[in-house]
Amino acid sequence: MNSAVTDLGKTPSSSIPGAHSFWVQIVAMICLTVVLSLVLPFMKTWPQEWIVPIKGWVTQFFTWLDKEAAIGSLKFKTVTRSISWLLEQPLDWAEYILYRGIKARDLPAMFWIFLPVIGLSVLHTKFGMRRCLMVVATIWAISLADNVLFQFGLFELPHTAMEALGVKKLDALPWIVIVAGAGILGHWIGGWKLALFSAGCIGYLAVMGLWRDSMRTFSIVLVSVPFAVGLGLGLGIWVTRSKRAAAIISPMFDIMQATPHMAYLVPVVVLFGAGQVPAMIATVIFAMPPMARCTILGIQTVSSDVEESGRMSGCTPRQLLWKVTLPSSQRILMLGVNQVVMQTLAMVVIASMVGAQGLGHKLLFSLQQLRLGAAVEQGLAIVLMAVVLDRLTQAYANRAPGELASRETGWKAKKHFWIFLAVAVAAYLLAQFVPLVEKYPRAYTFTLGRNIDFALRAFSKHAYDYINPVRDFITIYMLIPFRDFFLWLPWTTVIGVVGLTAYWLGGIRTTLLTTGLIGFVILITGNWEQGVLTLYLVTSAVILCVLIGVPIGIWASRSDRAARAIMATCDTLQTFPSFIYLIPVIMLLKVGDLSNVIAILAYATVPAVRYTYLGIKRIPDVTIEASIANGTTPFQRLWKVELPIALPEIMLGINQTIMMALAMTAITALIGSSDLGQEIYRALPTADSGRGIMAGLGIAVIGIVADRLIQAWAAERKKQLGIN
Amino acid sequence: MKITKLLATSAIVAASLAFTLPAYAEAESDDPIIMVQNNWTSQLVLSFVVGKTLEGMGYTVEYSPSDSQLQFKAIADGDMHFQVEAWEGSMKTAFEKAVAEDGMIDAGSHSALTREEWWIPDYVLEKCPEAQNWEGLNACAEIFATAETKPKGRFVGPPADWGKNYAARIDALQMNFKAINVGQAATLWAELQSAYDRKEPIVLFNWTPNFIESKFKGRFVDFPKPEKGCMEDKAWGPNPNATGDCGAPHSGWLKKAAWSGLAEKYPKAWGVMQKIDFTNAQIAAAALMVDVDGLSPEEAADKWIAENAAVVESWKK
Repeated sequence: MNSAVTDLGKTPSSSIPGAHSFWVQIVAMICLTVVLSLVLPFMKTWPQEWIVPIKGWVTQFFTWLDKEAAIGSLKFKTVTRSISWLLEQPLDWAEYILYRGIKARDLPAMFWIFLPVIGLSVLHTKFGMRRCLMVVATIWAISLADNVLFQFGLFELPHTAMEALGVKKLDALPWIVIVAGAGILGHWIGGWKLALFSAGCIGYLAVMGLWRDSMRTFSIVLVSVPFAVGLGLGLGIWVTRSKRAAAIISPMFDIMQATPHMAYLVPVVVLFGAGQVPAMIATVIFAMPPMARCTILGIQTVSSDVEESGRMSGCTPRQLLWKVTLPSSQRILMLGVNQVVMQTLAMVVIASMVGAQGLGHKLLFSLQQLRLGAAVEQGLAIVLMAVVLDRLTQAYANRAPGELASRETGWKAKKHFWIFLAVAVAAYLLAQFVPLVEKYPRAYTFTLGRNIDFALRAFSKHAYDYINPVRDFITIYMLIPFRDFFLWLPWTTVIGVVGLTAYWLGGIRTTLLTTGLIGFVILITGNWEQGVLTLYLVTSAVILCVLIGVPIGIWASRSDRAARAIMATCDTLQTFPSFIYLIPVIMLLKVGDLSNVIAILAYATVPAVRYTYLGIKRIPDVTIEASIANGTTPFQRLWKVELPIALPEIMLGINQTIMMALAMTAITALIGSSDLGQEIYRALPTADSGRGIMAGLGIAVIGIVADRLIQAWAAERKKQLGIN
Repeated sequence: MKITKLLATSAIVAASLAFTLPAYAEAESDDPIIMVQNNWTSQLVLSFVVGKTLEGMGYTVEYSPSDSQLQFKAIADGDMHFQVEAWEGSMKTAFEKAVAEDGMIDAGSHSALTREEWWIPDYVLEKCPEAQNWEGLNACAEIFATAETKPKGRFVGPPADWGKNYAARIDALQMNFKAINVGQAATLWAELQSAYDRKEPIVLFNWTPNFIESKFKGRFVDFPKPEKGCMEDKAWGPNPNATGDCGAPHSGWLKKAAWSGLAEKYPKAWGVMQKIDFTNAQIAAAALMVDVDGLSPEEAADKWIAENAAVVESWKK
């Protein structure tokens, strides 16, 4: 935001028409509100008596949902619990297969194997009534018979068969099969290089001794991703079909993504309980919007020629959607899938707070024990999984459309599948005799945990003396005065300035939206002080992010080699669980505002780098050449040509930086702060839904307001530059 | 029209599910007992000890991680069944709320007593020999100061949501300190580790039993012993004009929390759970195996059970 302001200041005429009077009005607004608030105290601080107890109402609403809500005799809680139960079934199967193995007593639930059959038949017959009914009726009969007979202990065929054979438990897939599976999948999608990479990364999980936990995490990913993708696809299609849906759902996505994920936890626990499934639900809520967005974008950008030819060949609207529109936007849909996978893995640690097992839980435990090295390795395991899935989905998306429907037929077309099956069967049988195949032996695990611990501690011990004076200087002379300034600001000034800016950038509707949101969600709920503190932390962090990120982005745009290294670092920084940054930051900087700012910085600088790089890279060569021909120095070229043209793009990057910084405030609450993030965190002990949700929405509001203002500004700017 | 077909289909699927659901629920009499796991050592080891004991009796046991505050709601609802370590210091509010409002069961206290108080590493005594006593500590407050708190000393306090008001105690005792609240326990240990490595004076919130004792040498600071008058009578204690001018109780409870349905569903297991009782020494020994000897919590539980077979047997009687 800072660079926008300075830019406006320098070249008023080129930014907003009549920018001069804009600044006059802003100054007038500030003077007016400050003077008024000196005379009328209620214009400075929102009086305690005027606070509307919205938090209490929300909490009561959730208590009501939890304890009383019912449709007839069907309790609402029964409904949510049934949904949990339903979601639990596929998860159970993923766990059986990946790491748990199936015990004989779990087998009557075999019924659930048939669920995919229902799905298939529904799709296959394209909703044909008769065949669907037949399939469903058959399954219904089988499951019913299974159930009834099971009650009497009669029909336990699989169970009995297992016991007759003396098998108490069917083992999970041996680790070697899963590693080989990753390799085979890699080969199918992208050839030998990808095969080696995938198998290597997944194999390393076993080498670190994190196999079981990784598989726990992976089962959640495996089940959440299809759910989030399906849901996102459905909602996305719906939005493109119905204007009314678009009007309701699009803002919902904004809110879902801008609200820190921790704020979902309390209501999810109240409604769905704790455990693997609620963790999955929270994950799906967070990971779904990008899929929906990509679906919308994909459908809207399919060229009208393609759709036209589809219509001419006599497609029904449904055929047009499934056979023409969606396949031709396959690339962008796969990008959505990719985003869902990454978001799901980003949720791993937070989901463990409501009962997700696996790497996230282990990571929090390690942090609690100050075993940073172990935590780093567990974080690395999450990153490895993310990187493999990312490469696989990206490679799949980038394949030429024709390649998918392979021309080979018969055995060759499915050779990867058959090879995998052969490996699986062979390894499964072999595993009964050779333990090495079954489980990676503990003796061969290799961990760098202690070395990392030692290195970090040594670093903090020696670097402290140099860092401490800097810390003190920044805290005393910059952060604390800045914070006091924010706390001093009358609420009328803040809302007035935001409203006025919104009016100049986007018109009266933007003003009403932004001021309304701030007023209703933050001011009258009594969250003003926490809101302002959030704003202070985020502003400080974002200023630093821009000062650091933009130059790095420029550097990346100058050298391809630098670019590769920088982008790889960016990827790692973003997938690495942000919790890990907290501990070294505290060891070096102690608990205080600067620690918060630095922890946010580590995570939120990435978009500033990335968008700057992209923005500069995207400038047409002609423009650059023209400027060279005009005799600009490299510095002039950067300052007068490249940066101004890339500015809209850079602003979008800053927009993303703000969003990420806001999301991080919920996590830096663990360091210790008194902002909205801390409010969310403090709502956990008492499962106070209202307190957590309103604080979460407060953060979302700050994000949405910033987003609206920046988007409006970027649109205006692009229009002036004649881009798009 | 096709939408109606789809709806009809899903209605039938739903109906068939609804029909089959209750049948399954009744059939699963050998449902697993779900033990809550948190993210600190002693709790992890002890929950494995209990879980393995129950498994030895033929029950199926599963472990589910949970946030130390949200867990009580889950236990009350029966999503999780048993928590072996509930601390008065950090969980009192959530525990009591779950018992009062959601019907969670208080399954009794351990013999182990807990204490929370200001704590200093031993090396602090070199620079401030009287620091073990609160007045002595206060006299050298300045060595604990940082840039923001100068000239006051900096006290690294517990997470703000643990419901402790150390700022009020500092006021009541007119101490020259400022309390800084952290966000979570790990933050405290990071502060301690960093200061400990550099032998920098630090005073922070700590409690016992706790893995810190086995890793760092230090002691609690003595405050005026809390008596009845402290919180009510202004005249009581060092400051004649304030209440609350005393330390924390030396013996807080350590409780077990359970789901209300346990007694009916697993009567024998419930009997064991009520008898389970750990002492401070037992808890410290369990945590030590992980924090110092480097065993995994599960291995430590096996070792603990082997070494304390008699104790485990006494629960089963």
